[in-house]
Amino acid sequence: MLRIPCPYCDLRDESEFIFGGPAHVTRPGPEVDDRVWTRYLFTRENPVGIHYERWLHAYGCGLWFNVARDVSNHTILKVYEMSESKPEHLGQ
Amino acid sequence: MQRYSFINLARHALRGHKGWRPAWRQPDLKAHYDVVIIGGGGHGLATAYYLARKHGICNVAVLERGWIGGGNSGRNTQVIRSNYFHAVSSSFYDHSLRLYEQLGHELNFNAMVSQRGLVHVTHSEHELEIDRRWCNAIRMNGIDSEMLTPAEIKKLASPIELNGRFPIVGGFVQRRAGIARHDAVVWGYARGASALGVDIIQNCEVTGLEIAGDRLRRIRTSLGDITTECAVMNVAGYSSQLARLAGLELPVTTMALQAMVTEPVNPILNVVVMSAAVHAYVSQSDRGEIVIGAGADAYNSYAQRGGLPQMQAAVGAVLQLFPSFSRLKLMRQWAGRVDITPDTSPLMGLTPIEGLFINCGWGTGGFKAIPAGGDTMAHTVATGKPHPLIEAFSLDRFAAGALIDEGAAAGVAH
Repeated sequence: MLRIPCPYCDLRDESEFIFGGPAHVTRPGPEVDDRVWTRYLFTRENPVGIHYERWLHAYGCGLWFNVARDVSNHTILKVYEMSESKPEHLGQ
Repeated sequence: MQRYSFINLARHALRGHKGWRPAWRQPDLKAHYDVVIIGGGGHGLATAYYLARKHGICNVAVLERGWIGGGNSGRNTQVIRSNYFHAVSSSFYDHSLRLYEQLGHELNFNAMVSQRGLVHVTHSEHELEIDRRWCNAIRMNGIDSEMLTPAEIKKLASPIELNGRFPIVGGFVQRRAGIARHDAVVWGYARGASALGVDIIQNCEVTGLEIAGDRLRRIRTSLGDITTECAVMNVAGYSSQLARLAGLELPVTTMALQAMVTEPVNPILNVVVMSAAVHAYVSQSDRGEIVIGAGADAYNSYAQRGGLPQMQAAVGAVLQLFPSFSRLKLMRQWAGRVDITPDTSPLMGLTPIEGLFINCGWGTGGFKAIPAGGDTMAHTVATGKPHPLIEAFSLDRFAAGALIDEGAAAGVAH
């Protein structure tokens, strides 16, 4: 059971949340070609180490926030706001 | 290969069974192979077997970073079936089911294939309508499928509760579907491949793929380098990481998929039962354990460990359909590392790098595909062109918008 620290509600069970996929993915503009657009839609980094991802506290306060989590053991390293950029030097 | 037969069993018995050799050789890694198969699961071993058996290509190595069949091949719920929706998927999975039907004979290894039937049940008129559509799609693809009334379902799956929390209004059966012993499939292919000259190298991790001039040239491993111009990547959950070594990006997300078994009991459930709506996925193994498959824990994970919410959902659904199972103790629970694609269909065939082939993206449904996966990939490697059955599953389909959505027929939530 993941226990996720919502910035507003503090530590809650994973069943209160909906996973929102990878964070920091910038949607390209309408002028890009098929290759770039396909890449945006479908390609995933899917890293073994730290994954930067979005979560929604759906069955709680409804807040969207970012999480840096080690996907090899589920340890949450950092929780930060949607507007913040990717944290540097985590897990070092 | 020491063939398994009644005569040989008797001969060996006379010598106190001291004459049996290991089922597959454990050779040292050589410096060069004609084909290197990365990943020693069912798909990798089957590919090696068919390369040697059907195409006479025997200078082949299967590299496995752990022990063969230690990944998803050893962690699934053993179900084999071909009740998919789209024509391209159906042809592929039925080819696999037909290979399973002959597998014991082909490999001289008891794969314990049991075509006991798979029943999909529904709980409302609307779901039943969709089931009819699904059933008809299966039949239009030339594959067996019949609609069932609740009474007929009860006859096939006797402990099922027709009027419980999720009343059953009807469903369909694929009678040729069933289960096979997952470890036996891995071992049978390993033994067959090794006997034909394939080197199976365990505890060997691929650490680099050297590309020059858009062509594969060399593979670096923890046990040494191999020169080769032909390799197949079948590492399931680790596909993104392996592909990155060749500078490739994939549309794959790796998640944990749980399964669990109860203590063994006398035979009580003679079919595989699925309900997409409540997410029940259950059968009884030949050892007597009730085998339950869950939906994927829906977030990135390489931990091979799922959480309680998915487990509760899986068990809850099964208990609502089979209340008598509530008295059983869950004996063992585990998870695999599944490679999910955007359309829950696999990625098979060529890559932009010449000589480098891919077979992954099986997600929650790779076990039933093992024989056909091996057969079609062996053909693809031997001829350099995708086998007709897998053309639709190419890496290019996303750019073309030609996704093959089998999310529903996959029968597992993700």
